Amino acid sequence: MSTDANEAGMAGPEGSGAGGESVLQLQSLSLSFGGLRALSELDLQLRDREIVSLIGPNGAGKTSVFNVITGVYEPSAGDVVFAGKSIAGLTPHNIARMGVARTFQSLRLFLNMSVMENVMAATYGHTKAMPWESVLRLPRARREERESRALATDVLSFFGQRLAGYRWDQPAYSLSYANRRRLEIARALATRPRLLLLDEPAAGMNPTETHEVTELISRLRDERGVAILVIEHDMHVVASCSDRVVALDHGVKIAEGSFDAVASHPAVVEAYLGRDPEALSDAG
Amino acid sequence: MSLDSPPPPAGPPPAGPQVGADEWVARQARRREYLPSWLGHAQRQAERVGWWPRLALVGLAAAALPLIGLGGFQLQVGIDALVIALLAVGLNITVGWTGLLDLGYVAFFGCGAYGFALVSSGQVGANGIHLPSYLSIPLVMLATAALGVLVGLPSRRLVGDYLAIITLFFGEAFVEFTNNVAPATLGGPNGIVGIDPISVFGYQITSNTGYYLLLVIVLVVTMAVLRLLEFSRTGRAWRAVREDPLAAGSMTIPVDRVKLMAFAFGAAVAALAGTIFAAQQISVFPTDFDTPILILIYAGLILGGAGSIAGAATGALLIMVIYDGLLRSPTDSGYLFYGLILLTLLVKLRPWRRLGLVLAATVALGFAVHAIATAISARAVAGSLSSTGWIGSALHDWVIVPANATVAGNWGFVALVCLLIALVQAGSRTRTILLPPTLYLAAFVWETRLSVEPAVTRQLMIGAILIVMMNARPQGLLGQRRVEAIT
Repeated sequence: MSTDANEAGMAGPEGSGAGGESVLQLQSLSLSFGGLRALSELDLQLRDREIVSLIGPNGAGKTSVFNVITGVYEPSAGDVVFAGKSIAGLTPHNIARMGVARTFQSLRLFLNMSVMENVMAATYGHTKAMPWESVLRLPRARREERESRALATDVLSFFGQRLAGYRWDQPAYSLSYANRRRLEIARALATRPRLLLLDEPAAGMNPTETHEVTELISRLRDERGVAILVIEHDMHVVASCSDRVVALDHGVKIAEGSFDAVASHPAVVEAYLGRDPEALSDAG
Repeated sequence: MSLDSPPPPAGPPPAGPQVGADEWVARQARRREYLPSWLGHAQRQAERVGWWPRLALVGLAAAALPLIGLGGFQLQVGIDALVIALLAVGLNITVGWTGLLDLGYVAFFGCGAYGFALVSSGQVGANGIHLPSYLSIPLVMLATAALGVLVGLPSRRLVGDYLAIITLFFGEAFVEFTNNVAPATLGGPNGIVGIDPISVFGYQITSNTGYYLLLVIVLVVTMAVLRLLEFSRTGRAWRAVREDPLAAGSMTIPVDRVKLMAFAFGAAVAALAGTIFAAQQISVFPTDFDTPILILIYAGLILGGAGSIAGAATGALLIMVIYDGLLRSPTDSGYLFYGLILLTLLVKLRPWRRLGLVLAATVALGFAVHAIATAISARAVAGSLSSTGWIGSALHDWVIVPANATVAGNWGFVALVCLLIALVQAGSRTRTILLPPTLYLAAFVWETRLSVEPAVTRQLMIGAILIVMMNARPQGLLGQRRVEAIT
């Protein structure tokens, strides 16, 4: 069952090459709303199977980065290059089909659809059956439906008992908050991503669940072979799972590097705590 | 942490103490889906029978109805109801599944009817066009679907109220168009007459029984097709777009294309209903496709439960049988009116003591008022009841009907509305006291005014049914309870 889904291609069309291959490149990316500059001259690179955390105070522009990458906003300057191709200005569904999947900070599940349907809906871009084929149950429609279900089963099994079989036919609104976050990740995985954008996956979770999320992020990389860009406020999560950390403030990158280097960077401390010298020395 | 345990089998839920918080919430939600007491029990039994056997059974029963002697008028009501049901099932695609408020839907019905009329009558050219129906019906459906895509184009940018206004404009424009443009071809207000009948496998359908059976078959097939579509990738995409367009886009679903597809499919179903309607009526007029029909379709869809195929069909059939069948004759509508009031009292009024008290008080009040009115002036009871039959004789010495029934009835109606508002606002005890005079006044207004004005009364009754329904069961008769995302 799970080989079937793996065959369907979890790693994206290009396949996973050498570890150093660049998956995503933001090239002096800028985004303005009228006079407000949400992002300015942002450069960022993500390599294959790399986990990069995006941190910064509220309103720093973290989610705007996600929205530009996924095509919700069009950048006002600069370029987004995914797997060697520019994706700036493409529609969200095309970008998603190329292998960029995301979760949402304020959960955006299809609440009145079942858990299984939520995941299966995300296979739309990789299936082709026309409506009449589905109605007449022609071979292609039946095969795609079987494959979608296998893929959905596979990504849901990734969460073990948390999204176990008896939940699959329940409506998504009946899930607990933590399970909704898990379902969002499962749904994103069903688009067969090569790059996964997680927007605060640990928000609103208790310490046990937060710990689980940390392990989950590493497992996603190890078992699914995806590169991950994650926005997170919980510094335990950021410290234990990220290869690299990028700090934003007011749409500008203020620091980049290992967690320890970024966390003690004066500009980052200032962005979070302000310029007061006493607070600065306390934080240090 | 149990993350590394093997995935459980997909089939039945595992037995044992597996009930977590999620499961409990889901079970509670499912329990609330059902009606209370024996009604819920019946519902559960009905659900044991699968969707497909149920469709087949209901379809067969409907097809057998003419055999047990459905008369001319009843057959016409059945045909009208089936046409509206077909329309409601089509509207369910755009409104129920995709969540696009399409208020111009009735124009697609009109396009289907006019399209069929143009290619199946002597209207165009010297000898007219008389395409065989196996050609004309698919042609008209395809053309209307294309029109549906055009009308749907604004839905790429506009949602909710704005889309509703734009599509409503289209619906109104259609009526104006057929009324005023190219009167030689479209016939203006006189419409198109002399439309060919539909022929199936060389057999021309000319009787109403034939059209009734054709409609039953077409409705059942359409419902089957849509059921297969609902749980395919297309159906999932439609519902995903309704739930959250932004998330749907990020999950590889081309939102704009999916919306246009919904418009096209809805329009095609409406066109199909239009062709059969035109052939059965033998004529089409602009007024056949005006807002009142749209309201009936929506009322059916909402009553039955938007989002459910069976709900849309059931709701539309129910609305039309009530609206067109029962509320047209004063006797039948009298049964419905008094029956509904008694039924509501029986179901809602508890404890039994209170129910008995209210009923006894109402009866006593009626006789008292009648006796007092008779003693004061003979003119106060000079009019005659509009109810006939056993209801009429039962109420003869109970309800007063004055000589100038119209004026009294009008004032009574105003007083009744005030009393109803007071009833809704009042506390439990006041409500018990207010109920007998309200009931008596309702009977008075019915006998003096409402039952002699069926055209107005039917609208009032449909409105009342919808209000009651939306309070008792917001998801509609067969609809699923839905939550709204708060974002």
